[in-house]
Amino acid sequence: MKTLEEINQIRKTKREELDLRVNLDAKTREKHILVCRGTGCTSSHSPQIIETFQTLIKEKDLKNVKVIQTGCFGLCAKGPIVIIRPEDTFYALVTPEDCEEIINTHLIEGKLVERLLCKDIDNTVVKRLDELNFYKKQKRIALKNCGVINPENIDEYIAFDGYKALEKVLKEMTPEEVIKTITESGLRGRGGAGFPTGKKWEFTKMAEGDQKYVVCNADEGDPGAFMDRSILEGDPHCVIEAMMIAGFAVGANKGYIYVRAEYPIAVHRFQIAINQAKDYGILGKNIWNTGFDFDLEIRLGAGAFVCGEETALLESIEGRRGQPRVKPPFPANKGLWGKPTLINNVETYANVTKIILNGAKWFNSIGTEKSKGTKVFALGGNVNNVGLVEVPMGTTLREIVFDIGGGIPNGKGFKAAQTGGPSGGCIPAEHLDTPIDYESLAQIGSMMGSGGLIVMDDTKCMVNLAKFYLGFTVDESCGKCTPCRIGTKRMLEMLERITEGKGEESDLYKLEKLALSIKKASVCGLGQTAPNPVLSTLKYFRNEYIAHVRDKKCPAGECKALANITIDPEKCKACGICKKNCPAGAIIGEPKVVHRIDPDICIKCGTCVDKCPFHAISK
Amino acid sequence: MPDKKEINLTIDGTKVTVPEGTTILEAARMVNADIPTLCFLKDINEVGDCRMCIVEVEGRRGFATSCIQKVEEGMIVHTHSKEIMEARKIVLDLILSNHQRDCLTCTRNGNCELQTLAMKFNVMDVEYEGEKNKHQIDDLSPSIVRDFNKCILCRRCIATCKNVQKIGAIDCINRGFESCISTTGDKSLNEVNCTFCGQCIEACPVGALREKDSTEIVWEKLKDENTHIVVQTAPAVRVALGEEFGMPIGTNVQGKMVTALRKLGFDKVFDTNTGADLTIVEEANEFIERFKNKGTLPMITSCSPGWVKYIEMNYPELLDHLSTCKSPHEMFGAILKSYYAEKQGIDPRKMFVVSVMPCIAKKFERQREEMKNGELDNVDAVITTRELARMIKQGGIEFTELEDSEFDSPMGEATGAGAIFGTTGGVMEAALRTAYESLTGKELEKLDFEQVRGAEGIKKATIKIGDIDVKVAVAHGLGNAQTIMEEIKNGKADYQFVEIMACPGGCIMGGGQPIKTAKVRATKDVRKLRADALYTIDEKSKIRKSHENPVIKQLYQEYLVEPGGHKAHELLHTHYVKREKYQ
Amino acid sequence: MGNTCQCGNNGKDEKLEKILDKYTQDKSNLIQILNEVQEGYGYIPEKAQMRISEYLNIPMAEIYGVITFYSRFTLKPKGKYHVAVCLGTACFVKGSEKILDRVKQKLGIDVGETTKDGRFSIEATRCIGACGLAPVFTINDEVHGKATVKIVDEVLDKYMKED
Repeated sequence: MKTLEEINQIRKTKREELDLRVNLDAKTREKHILVCRGTGCTSSHSPQIIETFQTLIKEKDLKNVKVIQTGCFGLCAKGPIVIIRPEDTFYALVTPEDCEEIINTHLIEGKLVERLLCKDIDNTVVKRLDELNFYKKQKRIALKNCGVINPENIDEYIAFDGYKALEKVLKEMTPEEVIKTITESGLRGRGGAGFPTGKKWEFTKMAEGDQKYVVCNADEGDPGAFMDRSILEGDPHCVIEAMMIAGFAVGANKGYIYVRAEYPIAVHRFQIAINQAKDYGILGKNIWNTGFDFDLEIRLGAGAFVCGEETALLESIEGRRGQPRVKPPFPANKGLWGKPTLINNVETYANVTKIILNGAKWFNSIGTEKSKGTKVFALGGNVNNVGLVEVPMGTTLREIVFDIGGGIPNGKGFKAAQTGGPSGGCIPAEHLDTPIDYESLAQIGSMMGSGGLIVMDDTKCMVNLAKFYLGFTVDESCGKCTPCRIGTKRMLEMLERITEGKGEESDLYKLEKLALSIKKASVCGLGQTAPNPVLSTLKYFRNEYIAHVRDKKCPAGECKALANITIDPEKCKACGICKKNCPAGAIIGEPKVVHRIDPDICIKCGTCVDKCPFHAISK
Repeated sequence: MPDKKEINLTIDGTKVTVPEGTTILEAARMVNADIPTLCFLKDINEVGDCRMCIVEVEGRRGFATSCIQKVEEGMIVHTHSKEIMEARKIVLDLILSNHQRDCLTCTRNGNCELQTLAMKFNVMDVEYEGEKNKHQIDDLSPSIVRDFNKCILCRRCIATCKNVQKIGAIDCINRGFESCISTTGDKSLNEVNCTFCGQCIEACPVGALREKDSTEIVWEKLKDENTHIVVQTAPAVRVALGEEFGMPIGTNVQGKMVTALRKLGFDKVFDTNTGADLTIVEEANEFIERFKNKGTLPMITSCSPGWVKYIEMNYPELLDHLSTCKSPHEMFGAILKSYYAEKQGIDPRKMFVVSVMPCIAKKFERQREEMKNGELDNVDAVITTRELARMIKQGGIEFTELEDSEFDSPMGEATGAGAIFGTTGGVMEAALRTAYESLTGKELEKLDFEQVRGAEGIKKATIKIGDIDVKVAVAHGLGNAQTIMEEIKNGKADYQFVEIMACPGGCIMGGGQPIKTAKVRATKDVRKLRADALYTIDEKSKIRKSHENPVIKQLYQEYLVEPGGHKAHELLHTHYVKREKYQ
Repeated sequence: MGNTCQCGNNGKDEKLEKILDKYTQDKSNLIQILNEVQEGYGYIPEKAQMRISEYLNIPMAEIYGVITFYSRFTLKPKGKYHVAVCLGTACFVKGSEKILDRVKQKLGIDVGETTKDGRFSIEATRCIGACGLAPVFTINDEVHGKATVKIVDEVLDKYMKED
């Protein structure tokens, strides 16, 4: 147990000690080696890197050097990432074998390990993290502590204003004032639909009930999104603190965080954070003698995308199949076990402490007229800088894809960006300059979603992509309501027919009609948005659909059944490489005789296309 | 009670004022706007899954779910706008696309909620055809056939099984398009905790759940000249059978039914009510014996086979509480194959006893080892009210035009007490009439025990019999049975006599009775209409106490000697066994 | 006799009892318990379902419904080496279908199946969150990023040689 005074003392001393983490000119002889322990870098052996550094430091008896595990730095494409503070040197793609060189050259000799420095897209060598184009247009609010602190150490969190917002709220503010601040900040739900957070809090506060709950939705199911996971892995206490503030504001003393069981590191760190907060007397009864109680529990998901829908999530917490409830009544009035329940997602909570400390006006000044603050995106797909980015609302898609993301690899062109995951839509090149906010994205047929942003180059077939998303929805539909259960299946069947060359033009009309009905008639957000990938591709890439149904061709060459792989006799040098690599034995030819493909045997896998050194084979 | 707040709204241009808490669907019915529903089953399944009942509410994003969402002040509702009609048609189309549409060979042909909707929507062909979710038919149990290929996933059966009966033998398994209603491990109902109450069949809007048909064997025996085929009909059948021929709910068609059975070719037509009278005499005697000799109390009735299977699976340690009496039709079957056969000089091995029952658990009960005497089953076939109706139709009998006729003698006489066996509280009331007179030796003045009548799930009463206070409880529906059993288990029950029926409402609402649509169930009190008909029979009966039934008196004089005697025990009593819930 | 278990298997499963001990008999603990059983046994045995049904007073059919709803829960043991290929969007865009095809081809089984010798099983997962390494597949806890058909061959060959 720690008193408030003791916590304030920790903040003071620890902050001085950790100044080198954020200050290039920190007056210290200490060096901190920060190693990313996010899921991405962890799977590329960052734990072994930490271990190696520790052994070396011990062996070489380096007194002023510490190795610190942190959350995600963001630039996952360059992982595992190692950063040396205070100078902020950024080493990319580090292996355990590189550690000794870093220790010797950098920490002992004081020179840079040139070969491990990161190269930017324009090939310039970057010495410091903040010199990277990737970081230049970013603004970190939700991710503020990610990559700065050790998430498994509550003192480090406290050092960087941790639990200060809670103190302010409990000691100086009324619940009404807290809600007013959140409302005035303009913060909106980061989970997808963008409902004003302050309003949600207010509804829950106003709802009648002897018991109320605060829930954090950390069931990040959008395939290709990992913002929430990174926050939980990199800065778990900021979510705990925000949930407590929310609990105080709405009158709840019990919280649940619902996390995917597929996020073991996040779950582990969050549990550590809860335990530490309890040890410090931050979670528990009569916190800091203010009379406020708060208890927090983790509930694990078990692999169902639909549980990201708030009412399905509640069903799952209650121990049942994650089948959504009809709304209204909304959870604010009838939530967990029928009691008023506030549900926000991780990223939404991650903004709360900062708003309380810096004021509504500060937050309100960032972003666009209706969308305030920043948004974290998981940038993935055919883009150079795959990773996690946080940008002010209103940043354009072009800035994210090209300036931050470094453009499309392998000299290919940009075809589309997909936001909002299976609920969102594909945005074509003509809308690259759309400022990213809730309204603009909805207007062009997509949605903010939770923040997945997948870039596709011009080799991707949009019909095939729509099929991919529908396949996902069909797999993940809970099966409760008719339109989603059967309707999405029928849409998928039609798309399958189309990609197999068995579609007809009338299918496009049928598909659209069904899509619109599913949107309106489904019970929950999953069904209501499931047709979006189809509708948006039908809107922007209709010609591709028409090519599939009318000409029975896949312009991008991705749909196997429509591919017609041929060898250009003009270009073929009869080298035999294609024949050697063909898994089906479909290539006929012998040395010095132009090769050809037996269409009856060909399985259209495309291996030969990739292998031919003379680009003589085309789909 | 203060009046509920009134809510004003507009539905399809008509202004209407309804009490707060009314659903949009109910409000629409008040202005004669008929919103289609499928998954909705009032008070039982209110989930909004099927999406047929969607309506447009001005100012709301997406459609509203009229079956569960409540009216709000100033609401403007459109129930049949163009957009709504189109969306509903697509929803219906999707359901049909995944439904095995062999209506002509379906037991629910003509009484199917989906078929009715397809007709109403003028569906000429299914636009969105595709893969159908296929599943093996489960017909291994003696009572229920599950044909998932016809299931529309409305989940009315689950809600009934899990929430009303508190059994949970079936649930939704898998996810998405693969979702399916099934049991644990996808086993047969025969291998799980199902009690065969059949309430799921009553809830099913389509032909996915049905009774295991026994009409074929009955037809066969009817045609067999060497068989003496006898039929008996349960009390509840006569007040429901007419519904299958378009007659109002609660019409007593006893006379027509007897005529029809004779026309079908049964050699003798008897009344299970007589068996019920016999049960009462035995059961009242057993109760008095237990009461006097400090036997296991409370004694619980045992005439509902779904209930008996329930206690065998869930409370085997409390089986001693069950009355050892067989159920009326089994008792009657035993008497028919012994006393009656002897008297008539018929070889009981050449007899075939058919019971027409409102119940499908009776099909299970019939084949229990405990329901045999010697090598012979007490009853050879059980058909439900619905199956009898089908046989009458098959037999080309114009039921509504039939003259009335009487049950056959010598076993045809029954009392009003036997008749009310078919409704919750009836067995208790009948038993009390006999127990009272037996214990006090005085004539009971007021025969009606109002305290044990009515719809309430658990009815408790203290009955003064002479100087003794007898505490009784009546529970119907297995959910309520569970409450009573937990009380007994935890030593919190101070009753001496408990009546339990598996089906909510008792046999009149049994799993073999005519199936009512969700709309009828929501708008009419089917239980009360049928129960009232039974109470009317009782009221009009010349004899209203089982022990005064001359047939029963004669039976004891000539054959059984005394209630609870050796012969009675051999023929009329049985025992029960602990059963595993899951195999 | 008295208080002995009624379920018939008097030999109580210690491992399971230890899991149950951590939880109250509140029905909402079902998924948490199932998660631990899945973790501990590699699947959810029927016996365990029976015991959980008794412990939480939830019908077996409902438990079965929950197990078959959540893709993390399985009714059959997985292979000794469980190969999971991520089919999340980021991986899909980077060609994870080819990776999955190769795994299936090499092991001669389909998604959701286990090889006859019980050594390998395949699962197609949705986003394990390692999008920066797309396309990704895992074997038990080991993550293999930026996968190619060649990497699949190498990695699987290594496991196939092991006991």
